[in-house]
Amino acid sequence: MATRRVPLVLLACGSFNPITNQHMRLFELARDHMHSTGQYQVVGGIVSPVSDGYGKQGLVLAKHRIAMAKLALQSSDWVKVDEWESQQPDWTETVVTMRYHYGRILEQFEQRTVPGPQLKLLCGADFLDTFKIPGLWRDDHVQEVAGRFGFVCVSRGGLEPERAVHESDTLSRHSQNIFLVREWVKNATSATEVRRALRRGMSVKYLIPDSVIEYIHQHNLYTEDSERRNEGTVLRPLAKQAQQPVKSLDD
Amino acid sequence: MEGQSVTKVVLLSCGSFNPITNMHLRMFELARDHLEDTGQYKVVKGIISPVGDGYKKKGLIDAYHRQEMAKLATENSDWITVDTWESLQPVWVETVKVVRHHYNEMLAAEQKNDDVDTVKYAKKRRIEGNYFEDSSHDKRRGGPQLMLLCGADILESFGIPNLWKQDDIAEIVGRYGLVCITRSGNDPHKCIHQSEILWKYRKNIQVVQEWVTNEISATHVRLALRRGRSVRYLLPDAVVHYIQEHDLYSAESEQKNADVVLAPLQKYTGASSS
Repeated sequence: MATRRVPLVLLACGSFNPITNQHMRLFELARDHMHSTGQYQVVGGIVSPVSDGYGKQGLVLAKHRIAMAKLALQSSDWVKVDEWESQQPDWTETVVTMRYHYGRILEQFEQRTVPGPQLKLLCGADFLDTFKIPGLWRDDHVQEVAGRFGFVCVSRGGLEPERAVHESDTLSRHSQNIFLVREWVKNATSATEVRRALRRGMSVKYLIPDSVIEYIHQHNLYTEDSERRNEGTVLRPLAKQAQQPVKSLDD
Repeated sequence: MEGQSVTKVVLLSCGSFNPITNMHLRMFELARDHLEDTGQYKVVKGIISPVGDGYKKKGLIDAYHRQEMAKLATENSDWITVDTWESLQPVWVETVKVVRHHYNEMLAAEQKNDDVDTVKYAKKRRIEGNYFEDSSHDKRRGGPQLMLLCGADILESFGIPNLWKQDDIAEIVGRYGLVCITRSGNDPHKCIHQSEILWKYRKNIQVVQEWVTNEISATHVRLALRRGRSVRYLLPDAVVHYIQEHDLYSAESEQKNADVVLAPLQKYTGASSS
């Protein structure tokens, strides 16, 4: 008897400053990979831009980042932009965002399916490395994201994600929940490089959708000024961690 | 009016475009930015010239489809166009001939639009045969230039025995000029250094760094397609749809020309099948 596939939703959290073809490519690669395991049926994708409260240098207003993501995903029939995270008054921990979306997915599926739906965090290899940065993640949060939800991590051919998993006890413990997808085409269209090119008046055509380029020009985003935003500010997660002692799972 | 010393440039890109990808398109953008940044050039046109079926490269699908995809891909560009002259020729055409053809076309177009003193252009003549003038002569006259746009892998291919005629390389680089976009893993400067011809004409070779490594290779795209994987966002959407509609790129299509010798090798060594 064939086992039924697990309905799976992929959630990507990040600055999307701006969204690029590479971001959208992550979803495509992840979907193909999870389907090919034979165990999953990807039923949805969510792009969740971080709120302005994140305090990252060069982060332009959430309303613009959301608008650009919507334009970019207009032609996608399965990936959507979600504004919940960006609308929260303060920066939201990844695990909190995941809990929110998981709750909504359960409502949608109303326990109709067996097996029940799952939510996994979609990310690039560099994301797994951030777990090493002191004060950026709470241990219990890493535990919950890796243990309760899981990752789909897309890398560009190197062994960095394997090493990142290996170097973390928490991640290693939940390695069966961590799906590593190799993209053999090195397509490192980073948003940082896109912003740099825009500041210098260079073309970014074919790196990001035309509609997003138009939007950027219309609103004159991404200048030397915009890159200096939040200069000197402590990244919100680091500030938050410094203030609070480690609590239990309930926030 | 300022800017009289700015040279007009047309960029020509030859290749299989099997299929065209965002990287091919990006090369034009990078080249234009680079040339205009020097303050010496104004890039007025980009030409994509897909190779003819006679090239006999393994996995090369019909020129008709490759042209159509390139047209779809450049729909949203106001300066990059597709030219079918090369692909419509009955046999494979050497790159130098394609370059000459487009150079002559460019001159003809200039003469039509020319409202400046004609003395400057009186000495221009159609380029036929292997003869070419010292390239600096043209530059002094301020005439428009046609440059071959390519990846660093083309530069490297100049060294492959029997793939190129040495005279052709000398003409392309000496008479016209090259704009070469680097891919990581290639070292164009080393290539230039190690070749006598390239070294001689190094002033005509513009090397453009692609800092955002964008290595979408059409080979990989075809592989992904054969395996039923998504290629979305590696190519323009319109091209992805076209490929799906016409069911191009299968294990079968990749076997096309598998037992045939590449046209240039056939020509220069007299081999016809392996």
